[in-house]
Amino acid sequence: MALAHAEVGNKAHAPKKRAKRIAYFLLAPGLTWLLIFFAFPLINLAETSTKTPAPTFETGEFVQTFRFSNFVDAFVNNQEQFFRSFLYALIATLFALAIAYPLAYAIAFRSGPWKNLMLILVVAPFFTSFLLRTLAWKQILGAEGPVVSALQFLGILPPEATITATAFSVILGLTYNFLPFMTLPIYASLDRIDYRLLEASGDLYANGVTTFRKVTLPLSAPGVVAGTLLTFIPASGDYINAQLLGSPENYMIGNVINSRFFRVVDYPTAAALSFILMATILVLVVIYIRRLGTDELV
Amino acid sequence: MTHWLSKNLIRIYAVLAIFFILLPIFYTVAFSFNDAQKRNISWQGFTLTAWLNPCEPIGICEALGNSFKVGIPATILATVMGTMIAFALGRYNFRGRGTTNLLIFLPMATPEVVLGASLLSMFINIKVGSGLLPVIIAHTMFCVSFVVVTVKARVASLDPKLEEAARDLYASEWETFRRVTLPLVAPGIAAAALLSFALSFDDFIITNFNSGVVDTFPEYVWTAALRGVPPQANVIGTLMFIIALAFVFAGQVLSKRRLTK
Repeated sequence: MALAHAEVGNKAHAPKKRAKRIAYFLLAPGLTWLLIFFAFPLINLAETSTKTPAPTFETGEFVQTFRFSNFVDAFVNNQEQFFRSFLYALIATLFALAIAYPLAYAIAFRSGPWKNLMLILVVAPFFTSFLLRTLAWKQILGAEGPVVSALQFLGILPPEATITATAFSVILGLTYNFLPFMTLPIYASLDRIDYRLLEASGDLYANGVTTFRKVTLPLSAPGVVAGTLLTFIPASGDYINAQLLGSPENYMIGNVINSRFFRVVDYPTAAALSFILMATILVLVVIYIRRLGTDELV
Repeated sequence: MTHWLSKNLIRIYAVLAIFFILLPIFYTVAFSFNDAQKRNISWQGFTLTAWLNPCEPIGICEALGNSFKVGIPATILATVMGTMIAFALGRYNFRGRGTTNLLIFLPMATPEVVLGASLLSMFINIKVGSGLLPVIIAHTMFCVSFVVVTVKARVASLDPKLEEAARDLYASEWETFRRVTLPLVAPGIAAAALLSFALSFDDFIITNFNSGVVDTFPEYVWTAALRGVPPQANVIGTLMFIIALAFVFAGQVLSKRRLTK
């Protein structure tokens, strides 16, 4: 009875209700997938992070003891790698920004008929294997590669010196690998700018620098924010570049998590480290977005 | 003079940046023709041997096959589910929009090593072994978000007047969707599917956490890197590069033809 009444009362809203049902139907499979295979595993990881080795000391067997000091131990024992991860990721992000912004600017405003070709070249790395490209850098920068021989020939680099297995090559690798993620969002936001705005600024006697600072840069800020996040986040968790282009002295937190899982079979520490990494990134991202939300850039 | 310089300086900078981007790709292609056996590091001379026997190194083509076995189902699943979500977000009002956006955003903001580790710890806890199935599940998971973002942008850029016009012409809701909306969004869906496949095909970190003893192509390269990558890996890398470029150019030609029609 109550139901019938409600139906009559809501007749005007019936299409709205139907629309809502369609929306939930559309959302259901994807969101369920993400809940089961993204959210639930994170809960599992949280549960794993407070476990301790089973009394039998069998490899890979752990029992839940709610040992929260796992987090403290994990952080204290790996401070150096945490610090290095964020430092390398930060430097790589700045390098990538320095390369990507002028590049995106050139494609958006100065490329003429070459625009599409240049865009394809920017995303070209996506089409070859990430590992093969990183190994190619190892070759290029390696002892038998052209860069070292050239620098040694010029006397800039002493003989026997190397470029691989240094912080420089790891940061170069990180910069290179995430460059398209920096370039594309910046390009997208620059390309949306109405060129007449820049002309108007010039008409109002602003010089090139002022126009850039007061008009172009603020309008492209969303792209810069997206690009820096898309570079910084994966770079701080990466371990491939440090492993292939660096030495153990350049290992980042990703290397530690990976080896805790596979070599040491210490799931709780790996889980705790993953959580600290993720939490730190989220905090940094929130601070960063808040900061830019106020008129920081202008 | 300074104007000319400032105008062209940025062009020179852009060309140098693109050279930087292409340099390792050029290396990958060139060394597929290198007359080297396993230690394909320094140039030994030109040969077509690797191109003529791409499957010679043990396990390389099997690994490539596994990458397709993972990439194709993951792409299909992620494209279908992601497109559905993109339509829900772009076309409907519903409660829980904020939570939905967060659930889409978070996987992209989580480092791969955390995604891989969390899935593995779940599969360990529920005693599911590793293999290709967990990898397909994982790839679908991280591709969905990218599909949503790509398709949503396309849905948002649609002129709602086109759909209104179809309805004014007595098209049913379903007909409007099938004859008007879907064809207009199709390029976005195609781009999202390509992106998904590329992400899946190239993924190493999450795959390595969950695949166990089975190897995909990136895992093959990783393992081989310890002893020296055979030139055949470069052959496969080059082929994939050419195929992907062909897809992109075909897409551009198609969209141009549409515009001129």
